[in-house]
Amino acid sequence: MDSPILRLIAQRVALGILLLFAVSVLIFVGTQILPGDVAQSILGNQATPQALANLREELGLNDPAYIRYFKWLGGILTGDLGTALTSGQDIATSLGGRLQNTLFLAFWAAVVSIPLAVSLGLIAVRYRNGPVDKAISGFALASTSLPEFFIGYLLVYFFAVKLQWFPGISTVYDGMPFLDRMKAIALPATALTLVVLAHMMRMTRAAILNVMQSAYIETAELKGLSAFDIIRKHAFPNAIAPIINVVMLNLAFLVVGVVVVEVIFVYPGMGQYLVDHVAKRDVPVVQAVGLIFAAVYISLNIIADIAAIVANPRLRHPK
Amino acid sequence: MSKELEFLSRRVALGKMNRRDFLGRAAALGVTSTFASTLLGSAARAAGPQKGGFLKAGMQGGEATNSLDPASFLSQVSFSFGKCWGETLVELTPDGGYENRIAEEIGASDDAKTWTFKIRKDVEFHNGKTVTPEDVLATLERHSDEASKSGALGVMQGIDTMKASGDEVIVELKEPNADLPYLMADYHLIIQPNGGKDDPTAGISAGPYKVSVNEPGVRQGGERFANYWQGDKMGHADQIEIIVINDATARTSALQGGQVHMINRVEPKIVDLVKRVPGVTIRNVSGRGHYVFIMHCNTAPFDNNDLRLALKYAMDREGMVETILRGYGSIGNDFPINAAYPLFSDDIEQRPFDTDKAAFHFKKSGHEGPVLLRTSDVAFPGAVDAAQLYQQSCAKAGITIEVKREPGDGYWSEVWNKQPFSTSYWGGRATQDQMYSTAYLSNADWNDTRFFNEVFDKLILAARGELDEAKRKQMYRDAALMVRDDGGLILPMFNDFIDATGAKVEGWENHPAQEMMNGHALVKCWLTA
Repeated sequence: MDSPILRLIAQRVALGILLLFAVSVLIFVGTQILPGDVAQSILGNQATPQALANLREELGLNDPAYIRYFKWLGGILTGDLGTALTSGQDIATSLGGRLQNTLFLAFWAAVVSIPLAVSLGLIAVRYRNGPVDKAISGFALASTSLPEFFIGYLLVYFFAVKLQWFPGISTVYDGMPFLDRMKAIALPATALTLVVLAHMMRMTRAAILNVMQSAYIETAELKGLSAFDIIRKHAFPNAIAPIINVVMLNLAFLVVGVVVVEVIFVYPGMGQYLVDHVAKRDVPVVQAVGLIFAAVYISLNIIADIAAIVANPRLRHPK
Repeated sequence: MSKELEFLSRRVALGKMNRRDFLGRAAALGVTSTFASTLLGSAARAAGPQKGGFLKAGMQGGEATNSLDPASFLSQVSFSFGKCWGETLVELTPDGGYENRIAEEIGASDDAKTWTFKIRKDVEFHNGKTVTPEDVLATLERHSDEASKSGALGVMQGIDTMKASGDEVIVELKEPNADLPYLMADYHLIIQPNGGKDDPTAGISAGPYKVSVNEPGVRQGGERFANYWQGDKMGHADQIEIIVINDATARTSALQGGQVHMINRVEPKIVDLVKRVPGVTIRNVSGRGHYVFIMHCNTAPFDNNDLRLALKYAMDREGMVETILRGYGSIGNDFPINAAYPLFSDDIEQRPFDTDKAAFHFKKSGHEGPVLLRTSDVAFPGAVDAAQLYQQSCAKAGITIEVKREPGDGYWSEVWNKQPFSTSYWGGRATQDQMYSTAYLSNADWNDTRFFNEVFDKLILAARGELDEAKRKQMYRDAALMVRDDGGLILPMFNDFIDATGAKVEGWENHPAQEMMNGHALVKCWLTA
């Protein structure tokens, strides 16, 4: 590794952190302009004006917004996410479990979907415009066109109700044996895989096909390499940057965009947690979750950037 | 031969032989499997509750924001789970009366102002302590305190002083109230050690199950409490669990797939489909809950009683029950009481769907132009459809209704009880007095029809302290007529509670007060082998 790369990486990371601060401002402003007063929504309809005033004082709602922002930011930087207004529980603790669950599901969905999508993409390129390519594309596009809740219900109907191979509700908890846990997430992971598969597979196919037009591919063909070898050795490495990009985008979706799947399979992840607290105007939780989602998104994009730079000599040695 | 069969069926009922072996042996004895199954069923019932097993319910109405503090209970899962680990002074019975729980005896003075609760001696908390009158007193005190934000605060506000003396708790009321024991059955009033003043969210009471799992919005469960004071009657399963399944389709499929044994809130539109699933039984019971269209009596144009009457006559109640409830409910008569309440008068004339009368009153009111009705899917299941149906039935009377669909998020804080004409629901209360006091007295917390009527207020207060049942019934009849003819309430339908149980569940008993056997389904049902 030479220093320009390190410098690039440092640049990206610094940019990411800056972006995260910007997002934190946005989140804070966004939650402040939500309709309804926090104190009012905690105390409900029967609140007396005195009780409201007391609670506002207690929550520091009388301070100007920027002071509250810096207090909040200070808390986060020191690892204190605050306490939930509704249940009085420490946010970091209750959020931690949910985050783990979400990451667990996202991880296994990714482990299945990414290799599957990339290899299906490679196969599609190898047999491009033939029946195999059409079949793969058709299947992937069909699964992506179906809304995720519909895929979820189809899976539940066939595999949970009719065949009873897997449970239809994916409640997981601490201390659950690993195999039970895997069985519980089988259906939601499958649903997520089907949702993200097409995007990644089509991008892989397109990126490699793009490269396949190049002169050096022709050279490779002329020197007698087999079609798979050409794709593996010459085309794929040169197409990897856009593929990594789309993979990261989909990874981010697996973490932050799975509310619907969580609801259908009753999976205790972050999405459901966020929705519950938005409905109750539990602002500290909403802010914390928003920030975590933003952090996940930004860091996955940084990784994509860096990976693309590392993989591409032209970006590695800018002129 | 029959003796042998009987012997075998009893062995199955006791769990010493499995069902398949029994059917095999029965076949060997030359009995058809249908007859053998019938025999098995009756043996199971005759054998009484079976102990053991892991009973699970899949329920709508749980959020990550739920707390174990009984004062904060609001949604269905908290309510049902509270009945599993909590014990109250009294409990409502399915026939509309009440039974004593932690209270062993209840006595009242002649003026119904002083009430004495004798506390049972042999009841133990989950933490090993014995329930004392002081614990009961502390519980009542905590829920009377504004700071607790208890859902039972409205109930407790009628109490003047309380004290514990000997083995009794004595309650002095500000006004006479003949219904006090019913009010003490409120699901928030779970007796906790020292009233929960030390740790309100500890989840410790004297109920049949000890809290073992508490993941709000995901699952909550308990293990049987070995020293439960009435272990022979309740708490049959070794373990119980409520899994929060807010999605209706997921709930139904969980019951079908056997991951849960009972579910709440089966949607009326799919009841007929669920019925056909082998082993599943629909448990519907007509209750006190009702769906309403509410007008503010003090806000133009609804401050005109002719307009209110016009809008009441333009409601096609039968159509509502048929379409919105698919027949799982009964029509309402514009006052919030039905036959499920004690002291109900069934001779009040039913308001018909009458377009002529509606048109007449509408013309007399002098109102012109459309009437704005706000609704949302969260008001009650099918509320938007109901609003559109109403729009059509009003059109027949020449009244134009403009339906405005509001977002579900924020509906209860921004629309209900704020806007002059909206859709909503009520879950019903233990007594007529409680229902009227909650929402129809001038000073009621949730006077969501802005009904201010002094005569009515006086009548309700007088009825509250009246111990003569015949007089009281007459008073409630008069009160009902006032709400029906002057109020801002359009009550098209009372909805049934529709729950469902799986194949192995026995011991179900319909209860009109609330869904899931008034929350007792998990503690009173048992699993057959």
